[in-house]
Amino acid sequence: MRYVDEFRAPERIERAAAALRRAVTRPWVIMEICGGQTHAFARWGLGELLPAGLELVHGPGCPVCVTPEGIVEIARRIALEDGAVLATYGDMLRVPGTSGDLLAARASGADVRVVTSPLDALALARSMPERELVFFGVGFETTAPATASVVALAERLALPRFSVLAAHVRVPPAIEAILGDDEVRVQGFLAAGHVCTIEGTGEYHPIAAKHRVPLVVTGFEPLDLLEGLLRAVRQLEAGRHEVEIQYGRAVRAEGNPEARRAVDEVFEVVDAPWRGFGTVARGGLALRPAYERYDARVRFARRSLPIAEPNGCRAAEVLRGTLKPDRCPEFGVRCTPDAPLGAPMVSTEGACSAYHRFRPPVASGAQP
Amino acid sequence: MSAKLELDCPVPAGSYERIVLAHGAGGRLAERLVDEVFRRAFGGPELANGHDGASLVFEGPTALTTDGFTVRPLFFPGGDIGSLAIHGTVNDLVSCGAEPTHFTASFILEEGLLVTELERIARSMAAAAREAGLVLVAGDTKVVERGKGDGVYIAVTGLGRVRTREPLRPSRITPGDRVLLSGPVGDHGLAVVLAREALSVEAVIESDSASTWPLLAALLEAGVEPHCMRDPTRGGLATVLVELAEQAGVDLRVSERAIPVRPAVADACELLGLDPLYVACEGRLVIVVPEAQAQPALAALRAAPGGAEACLIGEVSHTTEGRSGRGRVLLDSGVGGARVLDRLAGEPIPRIC
Repeated sequence: MRYVDEFRAPERIERAAAALRRAVTRPWVIMEICGGQTHAFARWGLGELLPAGLELVHGPGCPVCVTPEGIVEIARRIALEDGAVLATYGDMLRVPGTSGDLLAARASGADVRVVTSPLDALALARSMPERELVFFGVGFETTAPATASVVALAERLALPRFSVLAAHVRVPPAIEAILGDDEVRVQGFLAAGHVCTIEGTGEYHPIAAKHRVPLVVTGFEPLDLLEGLLRAVRQLEAGRHEVEIQYGRAVRAEGNPEARRAVDEVFEVVDAPWRGFGTVARGGLALRPAYERYDARVRFARRSLPIAEPNGCRAAEVLRGTLKPDRCPEFGVRCTPDAPLGAPMVSTEGACSAYHRFRPPVASGAQP
Repeated sequence: MSAKLELDCPVPAGSYERIVLAHGAGGRLAERLVDEVFRRAFGGPELANGHDGASLVFEGPTALTTDGFTVRPLFFPGGDIGSLAIHGTVNDLVSCGAEPTHFTASFILEEGLLVTELERIARSMAAAAREAGLVLVAGDTKVVERGKGDGVYIAVTGLGRVRTREPLRPSRITPGDRVLLSGPVGDHGLAVVLAREALSVEAVIESDSASTWPLLAALLEAGVEPHCMRDPTRGGLATVLVELAEQAGVDLRVSERAIPVRPAVADACELLGLDPLYVACEGRLVIVVPEAQAQPALAALRAAPGGAEACLIGEVSHTTEGRSGRGRVLLDSGVGGARVLDRLAGEPIPRIC
């Protein structure tokens, strides 16, 4: 496939890995923000190609993983108790709420549908105008424009029974939260390519300057990841801390203005709960008051989040990058992809799931 | 009542357009449905007898398998639930080293199913059975209330004559053996996923649903004696490889680059966030053969119907002295790294981004 195969070509990858090995002269700790990147590192076994001094820490960048249990619980109750059709992305079905996941809710009679786009949810709503239909929209800046556009479309079509349970979150405030943590060891970041495709790099410059960390906007193929690391390492070795774009085939500094306008029209920036982080200042998006009637939490009077019970899951530390997934005492013991304790084990983009599925062949100190 | 007479009968079953509960009540309506749909499609002396069961005589080792089919939608590019029920059964028998000979089928029909759809399914099932060389010897129909089934479920039990000299089983897999794959993976699962509602991916992908008996026949003809075979259905190739490694207590080393995936399947998987190694096939075989037989086996497979794209994908690792393998499958990613393959957890679900 074009734009994919050339970024998986073994000889180009070997060259990039060799350049990276030459560039590293002392130990560095770099965090890849996005779960898609974590997944790709594990999927392609890239850990084996990295120089010994380079440590990767997996960031919080899986929107499924950071969606709070409470919101999943609200989705579950809307589907089970309020009888609405709930349409959402496939990986949300297995994320535990405070009393079970959406797959179990479906088995108990809830009408839960898997869609790959909010537009499919809208089409579903139009095909069953007599039913309440809620689109459970999660995701970073990447998926927010699509949710925003269906809300605007529902308004134009005057759909009376369509609403959105929005759990959209924003990446830059989470990077700030990580850098503000006392335990932080991370010295540089691979920023999430697709998030920046929408939002551009404007918000990253102040972060790079304030915390003196390089931020390299990076893609998701093996060659992208090695090039992103190489650029970050070269900055670190030279004492620079700038925002660079490695993923130039998709990302412009100004992002996608049309998508940003669509988000801005429908959503406002709010403080938001993240699983593992608590409330992140300016970390999420909520529907503006003008669109309140499309807000499922308003519609079904379910504004307060149910409180989560502690279950031994240490997702918080994993998401902050202070605990490697396989060092968690529950990893592979009480917590597996079949019976996940927490969200990072659920989504294929979650760090724990990536570790479990793509365990490095030799258990050693050097982890991908 | 002879099947021959029924062939000329122009009256549709019970003159109902759709299945009603009475079709399963054992009365005249049920009898007419059996006659006009099933006996007409399948024929055969055992069915014509109209007994409660079949009397058969077997000699030598016999393979027996049973499987339920619940695919939605009932019709998908490259097949339907009827042909799938035959191919699934046949391929389980072939995995036992057997030539399929007989089968029984139980149909659970949902009230409201169009009789024309049932006829289409029965005809397709009968054609697949004839092509694969097995005969229907007993059957049953039941009807459940509307909303309690997905149109039709089919449960099939298949019988076959074991044709390999030794039984095929994981314990025969030995270090040095080669792992062959009879063709590209993922076509069936993708075809079905794309035929379902709500996935707006436009791609023409046909199911690989097919009988693999010609492949085993070709191997036996060429004098190849496989150690073990499996058809990678639910959970896909990855799951079958992990099962084989665990059950045999060996480690497998497999090259991801050697595993054929059609470009349309690879592209659709990229878009949906699925891994083709975990997507179901219904017409493929994973075949483990002694090293010396790998090349003759490949040549035989490639000359057989459905085996043109057969390839060598890996081998059983030699382990250090006195130690057995750990039941792991190591996949060379093709870019210099390797990863351990795991079983599929839960349903394969399209990812968010």
